[in-house]
Parts: sequence; C-alpha cells; structure tokens
Amino acid sequence: MKKGFYLMLILSLVTGMSLFAAGQKEVKTDDKKAAAAVVDVNQVEVLHWWTSGGEAAALNVLKKDLESKGIGWTDSPVAGGGGDQAMTVLRSRATAGNPPVAVQMLGFDIIDWANLGFLADLNDVARDENWDSVVPEALKFFSKQKGQWVAAPVNVHSTNWVWANKKIMDDLGIKEPKTWDEYMAAMEKVKAAGFTALAHGGQAWQDGTVFESVVIATGGPEFYKKTMIDLDEAALKSDKMVEVFNRMAKLRTYVDPNFSGRDWNLASAMVIEGTAAFQMMGDWAKGEFKNAGLEPGKDFYFFRTPGTQGTVTFNSDQFVMFKVAPEYKHAQQELAKAIMNPSFQIAFNLVKGSVPARTDISDAEFDAAGKKGMKDLADAAKNGTLFGSMAHGHAVPAGIKQAMFDVITAHFNGVYDAKTAAQELAKAVAAAK
Amino acid sequence: MVLNNKWRISRDDLTARFVLMPTIILTFVFVYAFIIYTVYISFTDSSLMPSFGWVGMKNYVKMFKLANWHTALKNFAIFSVLYISFATFLGLILAILVDWSKAGERFFRPIYLYPMAISFIVTGTAWKWFLDPGIGLEQIMHTWGFVNFKFDWIKNSDKAIYTVIIAAIWQVTGYVMTIFLAGLRAVNHATIESAVVDGAGTWKLYTRIIIPQLGPSFTSVFVILGHMAIKSYDLVIALTNGGPGRATEMPSTFMYSYTFTRNEMGIGASSAVFMLLLFAIIIIPYINKIVKDS
Repeated sequence: MKKGFYLMLILSLVTGMSLFAAGQKEVKTDDKKAAAAVVDVNQVEVLHWWTSGGEAAALNVLKKDLESKGIGWTDSPVAGGGGDQAMTVLRSRATAGNPPVAVQMLGFDIIDWANLGFLADLNDVARDENWDSVVPEALKFFSKQKGQWVAAPVNVHSTNWVWANKKIMDDLGIKEPKTWDEYMAAMEKVKAAGFTALAHGGQAWQDGTVFESVVIATGGPEFYKKTMIDLDEAALKSDKMVEVFNRMAKLRTYVDPNFSGRDWNLASAMVIEGTAAFQMMGDWAKGEFKNAGLEPGKDFYFFRTPGTQGTVTFNSDQFVMFKVAPEYKHAQQELAKAIMNPSFQIAFNLVKGSVPARTDISDAEFDAAGKKGMKDLADAAKNGTLFGSMAHGHAVPAGIKQAMFDVITAHFNGVYDAKTAAQELAKAVAAAK
Repeated sequence: MVLNNKWRISRDDLTARFVLMPTIILTFVFVYAFIIYTVYISFTDSSLMPSFGWVGMKNYVKMFKLANWHTALKNFAIFSVLYISFATFLGLILAILVDWSKAGERFFRPIYLYPMAISFIVTGTAWKWFLDPGIGLEQIMHTWGFVNFKFDWIKNSDKAIYTVIIAAIWQVTGYVMTIFLAGLRAVNHATIESAVVDGAGTWKLYTRIIIPQLGPSFTSVFVILGHMAIKSYDLVIALTNGGPGRATEMPSTFMYSYTFTRNEMGIGASSAVFMLLLFAIIIIPYINKIVKDS
C-alpha cells in the first residue's frame, strides 16, 4: 500500500512537471497568434505611476498627440509614488514574456533592464530627431546604453531646493539665506518664534533627499561626486562626512517631534498653511503650492539649498521602450517622438513642476521657479556640476542607494552618532557593492 | 474482495486516487515546485530578475552580515514571544469568562471575535492614527486636560515594535478565545464533577483539571499564532511601514524589500528560505503529532 502511494506521488510529480512545461510552450505560441489577430498594431501600452490629477492631465496631452497620428493609448497605471509597485508589476510582466511597449522608469533601473537585454533600439528616431544634441550628457548616461538609445526622457526634476513660507520669513525679517550658517540662524529664529522650522517627513527617501543637499553644502560638488557617485571609501568615512552627519543631527532639532512616516506632500502643506517655515524637497513640491493657489516668488519663496548654489542634483523620468515585435515598431517610435516633442515637454513640465529634458526649449511659458530651474540646469550642465540625485536613484544602483538610506535614516532617528554613522555608511556601501 | 497482493488496488481506491490527482499535481507544482525554485534562486546571483549563475552560500553569508537582517530577526523574536504569549493568555482568560457567563456569551463572543473580521491593513491604518501622538490617543488625552500624558511609542525607534505587537494582539485575541472556548466545551464533564465532589475550588479546578485538558487547543493556538507571526507583513506595512528608520523591519518586510526594491533577489530568496525553516520548526512537530495520533 505504502509503495503504491509513493509511486503515485512520483508519477503525479512527473506528470505535473511535464504538464507545466508543455503548458508554458503552448501558451507562448498561442499568445503570439492571439496577439497578432486581436490587438491593433497601432496601439501602445504604457506602464506608469502618474496617477495624481495633474500628472494624469499632463499625460492626456501625450495621448491626444498620439491619437492625432492614429495611435491608440492603452493606459496601465500602477498607483504608488516612487514607482516601487510599478516596478514589481513590470518584473512579473517581463518574466511572463509580456512587457508593455513603454514603461516609466528612473535612473539606474534603466541600466539594469538594458543590461538584461529587454530594451528596444531607438537610434533611428534619435538620429532623425537629433536627440544627441538636445539632451544633456547627464541624462544620456541613462537613456543611451552602449551607444543605443533605449529611453525618451520626459523631464528633469532637481532635488536641492528649499521651499519657504513667505509670511513667516517676512514677519521675522529673514532674508534668503545664502550660506549654511545663515540658514541655521534663520531656522533658530523661526524656532524661537514658536513655529516648526523644518517641515519634514521621516521616510527614508526624504531623509536621503535632505542628506544629499547637506553633502554638497558641506563638502562641495567634488565631495558629492566622490562620495555619492564614485563611492570612494576614504571619503565616505572622512571627517567631512562626520560633519555632514553632524549637520543632519542639527537639522533634526528643527523638525517637529511627530515627523516620522509623514508623506512629503503633508510636509509641504505645513509650509503652505504657515505652521512651518522651510521644506527641503525636490521641485515636485512646487505643484503642491500651486495647487493651493500660490505663485512662486509672490506667495512663497524658493531657493537652492544654501551652500549648494551652482550645483544641481537631478532625477529624470524617462519612458523606457521595451523590445516589441516588428509590426509594433512604428507605434513605439511615434510614441518616442511624441515624448520628445517640445510642445509636449512644455505642456507636461508646466503641470509637473519639473523642467524639460531638452535644452533647446524656450522658458517663456514657465513660472519664476521654472525659469530659475531651467537656467540652473543649463548652467550646471555646462559647468559640470549637474549630478544625479542619490536619493532618487540617479547616482548609484538601487541596492547601494537603499544601503545608504539604512544608515542615513538610522542616524536621523538617533541610532548612531555622527562618527559611527560615517563608519557605517562606508561599511554599508562596501557590503552592497 | 480480499487481495493479498499489495500492488493491486481496488476499483474504489483507484477512483479515489484519480479524483485526487489534479489536487496532488497542482499542489506539487504550485507549492513544492516553487519552494524548490526559491531555494534554487537563493543559491544564484539573481539581482533584478531571476538568473542562474551558481554562487553557493554567498547570499546567506551576505544576509547574515546585514544590520537589517539582524534587526528583522530581533524584532521577530520579540514579536513572536510577546504576541504568542499575550494573545494566548488573554484569549484563554476571555474564553473562561465567556464560558462562565453563559447568558453573556451571545453578546460578547461576536464582539471579541470582531477584530478578526477586519483585514490587517485596516487594523494597521486605524492603529496608526490612534497611536499617532499628533492626532490620536495622546492628543485626545491632552484635550481632556491630561497634559503630561505621553504615548509616542510609534514614533520611537526603540519602542515602535511594541505598537505592532499591541495591534496584532488586539486583532487575534478574539480568535484565540473561540479556539479555547471550543476546547472548554469539549472538556470531560465527569472529571469536573468528580473534582467538584472532591471539594476542588475554582482556581484548582481550572489549573489542575480543565486547563491541562486543553492541550490540543494550545497546540492549535501555538501553530496558528506562530505562522501568523512569521508571515506578518501587511500589519507592519500599514502601521509603521518598517519605520521609524528601519526599526520595525521583520523578516517578511526584509524579504519584500530585498527582492523587489533593492534588486537583490538572491538575498530576498535566502531570507524566504530562512523563513520557511522557521516555519518548519513550528509546523513539523505538529504534523508529526497528528500523524502519530492518527
């Protein structure tokens, strides 16, 4: 009886496996036939995480442009800021052999996917549309892999901004701080007046966003490049880095006690409502102020993080094109063209708060912050001080970025002192490499 | 029909096995095959996507060097010990109380059981608001005039894990109660009556006669709570999202983040295998017992 049972077990295992294997093969061929028969080849499926009102409206511009060329748009939105969830969906789709035509993606993820051989070749379009001369080198680092264009960049966000409440600053007689010391003095004044000086959300990426600005303000652009991009071990645990962590600890004293886990837009709301004076956040925060009916320069102040003037840390949303069957190629290339179209770049970035990914666009339609953003970007690109943002996946791959977050956020929450934190940072980076 | 040859199977037997076949096949493919696959991935250099370069124990070695993994294991130890013991204890007390007041049972049982009907995400979100010092309990106490009242554990790296435990216990205690209640109903009445005749007091009656007879209930509770502790994920995500910092990292959140957001699928897989081992430690003695009993 027992033997019979085992025999059955083994048999079922074997049949199970072979069924599974056979099933996979069958599905693949069937899929292709079905796809060719049913799906219109003039159709692009786009996976993205732009689900908020303004973002969706901005994408509509792109949709309309494509429709005018007879190309339909299949929307595959995956909610969740930062795109973690979207990347999980993408992974399962790619594993199943059914990736979308285009996927919104950030920084080093593009390189990883390109290395796995999943991405399309956009060189034809790029040559016709002259992308090589209009896209800054720092962006090309991601969108062009081994001489092959694989992605169309949509925008450039920069992350070393401070957004400030005008009323608090004016009432307390605070002028725009130019240096770190002036900035700290301003915070002290605000704190003494009973307001929260720094509106902050204690999520790892927000701690990281503040941190990278402090790195530049403390050590200058070369130090940023050495530590956050080149991952130089000696620099990572240097006294300069200890000073960076000390400054982070100082900032921690200006944050309200209830900061941890707060979303960034709620921190923006604190500045908008006037309970807090400053927020150190990327230029997407501008969208929150504008939604509240405020105009940059008139109703709220904005400036580069004191001590980081002249340097720009950026992140850039790109639409990465996946390899598709030849009959879909046309639709995909039209999509890529439409993304790089100046009118879309303007329309989209007006809504998004970022600046266009191409340098040949007029700033006439942009607000004060947008104009400054475009000018800073162009200058930084020219001077070699345009760097990928560590906190937003444009300086190092995801694994190292998260390892840095571990240390930064642990220090900010009081687990390490500054000296230990610098040591731990070097250790964590070495382990993740 | 008497068959001495054990290789021959009766018709009924054959039908039964034929009917069971799809289940067996599906179980093997979708449970065991994927477990084997995960174990295999844990020995490879998989990063963004599964890949098949053999690296041996490297992922396990690397994992045990990670501070996050140690935090996760420490939190898991704290969580499972406190969660299992408190939920068991409170569940038992509630069951005894409900068992006592037969009239109140219909009223109290659904109330106690109710949290179990709520998903962990809802529990986590609700407790997140409740425990938030800015809007929840602390704020309420302040508005009532208790200005020195302080309960900010959820914002405190050292204590945040205990808020997860509190919420988890709240969720599961009613369920534990029903298991014990069923056990209490199955206690042999003859022994209770004879104990009462012999003059045993209430305390003695429970500690000496009734609770020792609840052995099977204790086993069920332990196995259920144990495996819930290992796979607790959604509650942590909803309540603290692993924070402040990484203070409430658990093996399950570690597994997710390394597999899906850090592009280190190999390490994610090895943590999954480790969780499976933890699970096996709980479940194998239980299965052994069932097999022995039957």
